[in-house]
Formats: sequence, structure tokens, C-alpha cells
Amino acid sequence: MSERARLLLELADDELIVGWRESEWTGIAPTLEEDVAFSSIAQNEIGHARAAYELAARDLGTDADALAFDRPPEEYRCAPLVELRLLEWAPAIARRYLYEAADAVRIEALMASDDPEVAGLAAKIEREEAYHRMHAELWHERLRNEPRYRDALERLWPYALGVLPEPLRPRLSERVPDLVSDKLSQAIERGEHTSELAELWEEMTSVRRSAPGAEW
Amino acid sequence: MDARTEEFLAYLHEGGAVEVNDWMPDEYRKRAIKFIEMHGNSELMGVLPEREWILRAPTLQRKLALTAKVQDEVGHAQLIYRVVEDLGKPREDCLRDLVSGKAKFHNVFHYPTKTWGDVGVIAWLVDAAAIISQKALLKCSYAPYARIMKKICWEESFHILHGRDVILALVTGTDEQRGLVQEALDRWWGPLMQFHGTQIPADEDPMVHWRIKSQGNEEARQQFLEGYVPQIWELGLTVPDPKLRRRDDGVWEYTEPDWDELKSVVTGHGPRSAERLDFRRRFLEQEKWVRDAVLAA
Amino acid sequence: MIFEVFRQERKGQAFAHAGSIAAPDAEFAEAWAREQYGRRGESEALWLVPRGAIHAVTDWADEFDLKYRRVDGYSIKARLKEARERAGTTPA
Repeated sequence: MSERARLLLELADDELIVGWRESEWTGIAPTLEEDVAFSSIAQNEIGHARAAYELAARDLGTDADALAFDRPPEEYRCAPLVELRLLEWAPAIARRYLYEAADAVRIEALMASDDPEVAGLAAKIEREEAYHRMHAELWHERLRNEPRYRDALERLWPYALGVLPEPLRPRLSERVPDLVSDKLSQAIERGEHTSELAELWEEMTSVRRSAPGAEW
Repeated sequence: MDARTEEFLAYLHEGGAVEVNDWMPDEYRKRAIKFIEMHGNSELMGVLPEREWILRAPTLQRKLALTAKVQDEVGHAQLIYRVVEDLGKPREDCLRDLVSGKAKFHNVFHYPTKTWGDVGVIAWLVDAAAIISQKALLKCSYAPYARIMKKICWEESFHILHGRDVILALVTGTDEQRGLVQEALDRWWGPLMQFHGTQIPADEDPMVHWRIKSQGNEEARQQFLEGYVPQIWELGLTVPDPKLRRRDDGVWEYTEPDWDELKSVVTGHGPRSAERLDFRRRFLEQEKWVRDAVLAA
Repeated sequence: MIFEVFRQERKGQAFAHAGSIAAPDAEFAEAWAREQYGRRGESEALWLVPRGAIHAVTDWADEFDLKYRRVDGYSIKARLKEARERAGTTPA
């Protein structure tokens, strides 16, 4: 697999799985307004995933849906951070905040890519991300003194580090200056999946697997 | 009835519109709250059966479309509860009454969804039945509600397109996929026929009397049959009612719906009523701290 | 706080009242209004106004029948007919 395809699949798989996790809040967010906002974020992420899968699919001789749904769980390249089921608001927002920060670093790097298609995709994603960051900042400000939120940030920090390759990690620390104590903690690396991915994959692909190759 | 209320009723019958700060009889306010609140509850509870299928959508396109559809429904709930709040019942009270089982929501949202076929049938036919009622509500005398119905109807038009697309993909697919649609339709037909309510004549319907509804139940049901049975038949699907037929005078005949089932379901005894209300209540309680600490104005 | 939402659909059009949002402050009101009134790109612009800032005017006096201020206060037709007859210019 080319370096480009690998990078695109990491991005796409992260966005697909985090979008899936965020869709779990549909109908049960703390307020209806937040439900609607969260749903837009999830849709944007799935949209980003689709765009990245489409680029990778051309390299790999397949199509976006096949990449999104027809690989076995062990072939996904998503980071452990996105696999966690977080159905409490404080950890969910903590992940939002940390994922947005890590994604911002990643997208910044991709925008500087020599590959015009990759750089172009990254620029498009960046324009939507401005609103995600606005939302994440809004919540981070409101929750920053809540103990359960601070605890969640601490707990998820090693996972957030794992979203990025090592050379980019210092940039993540710069973006989250005040709240996290142990900046150089051990990252939970991409490459090995949590036990949660298999169950997620089962549910995510259940309809598709019921009629392989069919049109939906 | 006192003179002021009589005058108000006459004003309604002439087509008069009522705004939020206008004087209105208690009876009108109570009925408006009850009716509009039930609509809000229905939009909100309707999310739960569909939510599972967002997570299981078999293509990226379907995932996006279904997410957007369900998002619209949450948005509708927000608009609707806002109207109820301005009439005098705060949203917290509406949600409390919903999860305690005191307040009602439409029958269709008390039933399980079993397959991707249900996703198509709900977006195509259940939404169609709802849109017929909603279009009639554009003429509701209570103007703030009539105005939000415009946005709601506009957004619902996307849902019907999505539903039709899902169904057409299935009926042109494998035999198993076709089977999903027919099987779902067989299960949903009963609740669909009950959806618009009993055959109470419009001039005996208090909601029509107070010009909250502008259309009687049977008129809505006939509109649904007239619009959608031909669509169902043209796809080679069958409707599980041997008595269903269109008379020469244009009136559709059908087997009398099970009104006992309807009554039982809307009072909370449907197959999924308790489970869904429990789920909703669990998260309302779990995240109360967010509303209290962060979102209190 | 309740924020009233005014929405402009296309550039050049007037802002029209589109609904209201209950939010703790203007920042949340903006975030949520963007979603509720713009997620389909259906709005050119929004104005969010705290309900308390709206000064409503709903009562009027017209005791002395000041019809000249309105279009229906003029009966042009009858006089025009007479003027044309006098000038011999009545249309066929």
C-alpha cells in the first residue's frame, strides 16, 4: 500500500469511526439544540471520511463504500481514541476537544503536502473544521472547571497523542496548553485496536453484510 | 360560554389568527398546548427507532441522508417545544411528562424497527401520513405554530424523497431485499391505518372546532390512501388488507382499524413504549447536571 | 434567555422572523442558530436578538377617519369618468 493510501485511510477511518461514535448521541444529547449541533459534526466527519475514501479508492482500485464497510476490523487504521464508546457528556466533549486539536495538527501538515489532491482535500476539511473548533472551544470554556471534565481530559490525553505520528505530537501539546499535566505521557499508539472496535464493526456492517455486493 | 369566548370562537371560524400575546380562552390555550406538545413528543420519540439504523446504514450516502433526516426531526422538536413554552408550558415540564408516561406521542413510534426495510417504509409511508396532517396544520389558527409548520413541511419533503429512494433501491435489488420491503409493509400497515385517528366527524372534533386542526381524521386518511396505495401497487407490493379498494366515487374502503390497539399503544402499552421512554429518561437524568451547571441562563 | 431569530434568505431580501431559540448566552445562541437555520445553506444571514430588546407596538388609534392617508380613501374612478366625458375623450 502506498504511503498516500495509508495516510488517507488513517484519516478516513478516524473520521468514520468518530462520526459513528458521535451519532450515538442522536436523540439523547443534553439538549435538543446540542443534539442538532452534534449531528452536524457527525455528518461533516462522515463527509470527510467519504472524500478521503474516494481518493484512496482510486489508488487501491476499489470504491469508497467498499473501503468504509467491507474490510475486516483488523484492517482499519483508526486510532484507539475514536473507538471508545463515551456515552457521558463530559468524556464525550473531552474527546471532541482533543480530537479536534489533534485533527487540526494533522490537517495543517496535510495542507503542506506536495501532493495537490491531498493538500486540496485537507484545505476543504479545514474550512469545515473552523465550526467544529468553535463548538469544541465553547464547551471547553464552560466545562473547564468541572472535575469530571478535567478527569476525562487527563484520561484521554494519551489516546489523543496516539492520533498523531511522533514528530507532530509537540504541536498538540502547544494547542492544549493549560489543562493537561503530564504532557509527555505514554501515547496509546495507532496500530492496535481496542476491544471496542469489533463490536462497533459488527453493528456498523450488519445490514451491508446481509446482502454482500448488493446496491442499497 | 361567556361572551368574550363566543366572540373569540366566531373570530376563529372566520379564519382569524391568534398570536402569542393575544387574549385567549383557557380552553383554547390548554388544547393548543396539548396538541402541539404531543407533536413535539412524537418528533422526539420518532428519533429513537431510526437512530439504530444510522449506525447500521449500508453505504456512506445512506448514512448521511438518514442522519440528516433524523437531525431534522430533533430540530422540529426544538421548534415545537419553543412554541409550547411561549404558550406557558416549559420544555422541562414537557419532557418530564413525556418520560413519566403522562403525555402522549403518536402510535407509530411505539413499534419496533426490525430491518432496513423498516427504514424505507418509515421514511416513505409513515412520513407521508405525517405530512398530510402537517400540511393541514399550516392553517392552524395559532399563528406561531402555523409558521413553524412551514419550515417543518419544507424539511419533510426531503424525507419523502429519501424514503422513496431507499425503497426503490430495495425493490430493484435482490429477492431478499424486495422481501424486506414487503415484510416491513405487512407489519406497518395496521399502525399506518390507525395513525390519523378514529373516524370522528370533523364537526364533532374539538380540535377542529377550536381551529387547531383544519382537517378531520378521515379526510386525512383518505388523502393518504389516495396518494400512496397506487404508489405501493405500482411497485408490485401488496397491502395486507383484502377489503382495501377504491370505490367509483373515489372513496377508499378498508378493514376497520383496530381502535383498541391504538388506544392501548398511545397510553404507553406499545411493544417499545416502555423501553424507549426508559432510554430517554436515563439520559435526561444522567445529563441533568449539564443543563443545570452550564446551560442555565 | 430567549433569542428571536430573523433570517435573510437571499441577498437583497428583507430579514423575516423565523422563530426563537432558548440559550444561556449569545455564543450558544449563535452556534445553535447556525444549525437550526443554516445547516442546509438555506440562509444568507441571521440576526439574533434577545427577546427583551424587542419593543413591540400593537395598538393604534384611528378615531377621526383619516382616510386620505390610505389608498382606499380616494374615489378616482367616478371623477375620471366625468372628466373624460367633458373632454370628449371617453375610450370606445
